[in-house]
Amino acid sequence: MDIDRLIRMLEDTDEIELENVDIFAEELELLMSPIGKAMKPAEYRELQYEPPLEEYRGEIPVVKFGHTKSEGGTRSHSLYVGGEKTMPFYRFEHENPYKPVVAFDVFDMKIGLAKPVKVHYKEVLEDPAAWAKLSVDKFGADMVTIHLISTDPLLKDTPVSDAVKTVEEVLQAVKVPIIIGGSGNPGKDPEVLEKAAEVAEGERVMLNSASMNLDYKRVAQAAMDYGHVVLSWTQLDINDQKTLNRHLFDMGVQPENMLIDPTTAALGYGLEYSFSMMERMRLAGLKGDTDLQCPIASGTTNAWGAREAWMKESPIEGETWGDRMKRGPLWEAVSAFTLCLAGCDLFMMMCPTSVQLFREMTTQLTEDHEVNSAADWLTGGA
Amino acid sequence: MKKLGPLDIYKQLPKTNCGECGEKTCMAFASQLIERALTLKDCPYLKGKNMEALVKLTAPAVRQVIFGKKSPVKIGGEDVMYRHELTYFNETAISIEVTDQMSEEDLLERVHYVTNFDHERIGQHLTLQSVAIKNTSQHPDIFAECVKKVAENTDKALIYCSFIPESLQAALEVCNDQPLLYAATKETWEKVGNIAKEYSCPVVAFSDNNLSELKSVAAALQSMGLTDIAVDPGTYPENLSVTLNSLVQLRRTSMNEDEILNCPIIGIPAAASDPMDEVMAASMMINRFIDLIIFHTIDMYAVLPIITLRQNIYTDPRRPVSVEAGLRPFGEPKPDSPLLATTNFALTYYTVASDIESAGLDAYLLVFDTEGLGVEAAVAGGQLDAYKAKEAMEEAKLTETLSHKKIVIPGMAARISGELEQISGWEVMVGPKDSSGIPEFIEKRWKESA
Repeated sequence: MDIDRLIRMLEDTDEIELENVDIFAEELELLMSPIGKAMKPAEYRELQYEPPLEEYRGEIPVVKFGHTKSEGGTRSHSLYVGGEKTMPFYRFEHENPYKPVVAFDVFDMKIGLAKPVKVHYKEVLEDPAAWAKLSVDKFGADMVTIHLISTDPLLKDTPVSDAVKTVEEVLQAVKVPIIIGGSGNPGKDPEVLEKAAEVAEGERVMLNSASMNLDYKRVAQAAMDYGHVVLSWTQLDINDQKTLNRHLFDMGVQPENMLIDPTTAALGYGLEYSFSMMERMRLAGLKGDTDLQCPIASGTTNAWGAREAWMKESPIEGETWGDRMKRGPLWEAVSAFTLCLAGCDLFMMMCPTSVQLFREMTTQLTEDHEVNSAADWLTGGA
Repeated sequence: MKKLGPLDIYKQLPKTNCGECGEKTCMAFASQLIERALTLKDCPYLKGKNMEALVKLTAPAVRQVIFGKKSPVKIGGEDVMYRHELTYFNETAISIEVTDQMSEEDLLERVHYVTNFDHERIGQHLTLQSVAIKNTSQHPDIFAECVKKVAENTDKALIYCSFIPESLQAALEVCNDQPLLYAATKETWEKVGNIAKEYSCPVVAFSDNNLSELKSVAAALQSMGLTDIAVDPGTYPENLSVTLNSLVQLRRTSMNEDEILNCPIIGIPAAASDPMDEVMAASMMINRFIDLIIFHTIDMYAVLPIITLRQNIYTDPRRPVSVEAGLRPFGEPKPDSPLLATTNFALTYYTVASDIESAGLDAYLLVFDTEGLGVEAAVAGGQLDAYKAKEAMEEAKLTETLSHKKIVIPGMAARISGELEQISGWEVMVGPKDSSGIPEFIEKRWKESA
């Protein structure tokens, strides 16, 4: 009798009794699997889903930007970042207290910009104060970063005394909290930022930045002396970030006066490094690693360095990249959103369209809205 | 992530260190299994109980589901919540939606778009995986006809989307290439589950913003003996907070070794009414654990950021950040061929290399050791300056290879050009800021200067 027939015969059998059977074997393995009637019937039971909550030992400190009149400054209001108790927008665990903040970039000299950005700033590219004002009044900037790039000896080598006048003009033109950036020249930046910190005394700005490439002690000391926040900037290396942070803490910088920036690589050009670096740093901070317990900042404007963002069309013949006026802004917005989900708090951005797209997302993720049926997608037509 | 160490696995191995798997020891094999560099099949001596135990031990935290026979798409199969904890394995599949009420012209345009989509980016071919067919007509016959037309025009894996079990059945009768069935609900789980069983198709459990109900539907399908189950907790384009929190909870539940909800997750950015919002919703999902998305817009400005983000997030973080520094030939360079330079950040290097290769240039490329940083960052951070560049040029013994003394440095390193020219005695040309401009630069500037 073949096996198949035997199995078919047994299908409706509850019990088998073997009579007069001798088994010649050293080892017998019986595989009993429930078939037929023995199987539990299919059924729908109401089950309860238990939200998988995690305990975090650490909490990110709150950092405040901008001082108002009563605090010795001239800002119309202060802004806060940090204070997280969980990963971004994990509202089933905790509500994080503050929304992501967007600082618009302003440069102290005319620079080359991609068309989707340039169209918004054409009139103000040579007037930093007007540029800052436009960013706040028209595009709703939370903050403004004045980048003193013309101080670079390889560019205009603007004297420090002139550069800080630009800072004063920007402080006059806008009432939101500001960030002051150097040119990236390691020889000159400490001097530029020291003087800028002095003229901005009482305003609680952020100095951008203290890094391993330059005399970070001077920058950090200036922040401490004049009551500012300092940005600790490293280049995609978590151990460098830990080391620099420790140096700064050892100098006496308080956690509520510091942000960290592990460098932002553009979408398509290493964004995953920045993403994982920020995710690791934030998770480490929440788990209690005090070296990394800081709000995070990103130079998101770097997204425009990607050829898919700034180029009019694909350089490859026969290939099309679609409408640049949509593609470019999406490039910056997706870069910002990606890093935001990884734990970034403060975004230095440029394109108003990108900022608007990004804000729509962060608003949705921090507020309660009505929920339509998700089934509409299938029943309501394309 | 399962707390699995090499020892847990080693216990079940033959412990003979036979070396037939390619590793010297069974312990090394165990480590490779955890990293998923090797599979159980690589050990020829694994059998019986040990094999069974190991299959269970090494099963990924998120079960893997495969749909489509002609062009199979794997979703799920992930072992970690965050990519830096190991790596992600199966990149988010992208399915483009069509409806059974579209004109034939529109329908075929979209089907051909998916079928022919092939975007080459830094040496990889980025493609779209699937077509999702929606039964918006609500008629089984119309749906079946549409499915037939789509299947005749593509080998891509399909998703049959209908809340009406009769429609799914009708479509499977005309065509069964093991599509993913969307969806079984609290009301239809039994009918849809039976169809999935009869046709051996993977199936999606759906619940409208109710994770307890979703769990119940998935458990009901499982009670029928089905295992190829994916879940859709609902996409809410006007309230992504709800969607995000579902995605995070579901994935964490998988990591906690849940045996019901350890399923791949599906998201539907196509539910957004505006293409820009759709891109933003899709990017949130790709960043937050989604295994399959159904997407609507087929304009490149919208698709390009999505496939690029996916390429980024699904890059193996264990891959080295830098390539080896030194001089590299491209094509068949001669002593008078151009000399270009770049950094050893892997991404920068591969971008430049692919631009040189695709233009078919014969050239030398000098790769500077910038500790794995891109040009702009290395110049800003001092990992690339005139002295380091000069040193690298000397080390590469360029004069033995080349008959000229001209080097093209990246446009982003323009600020070191003057000093480099002074200290090296070479003519330093500042190349384009973006390496896509290299072919034109060589054609115009280099040849002119020669």
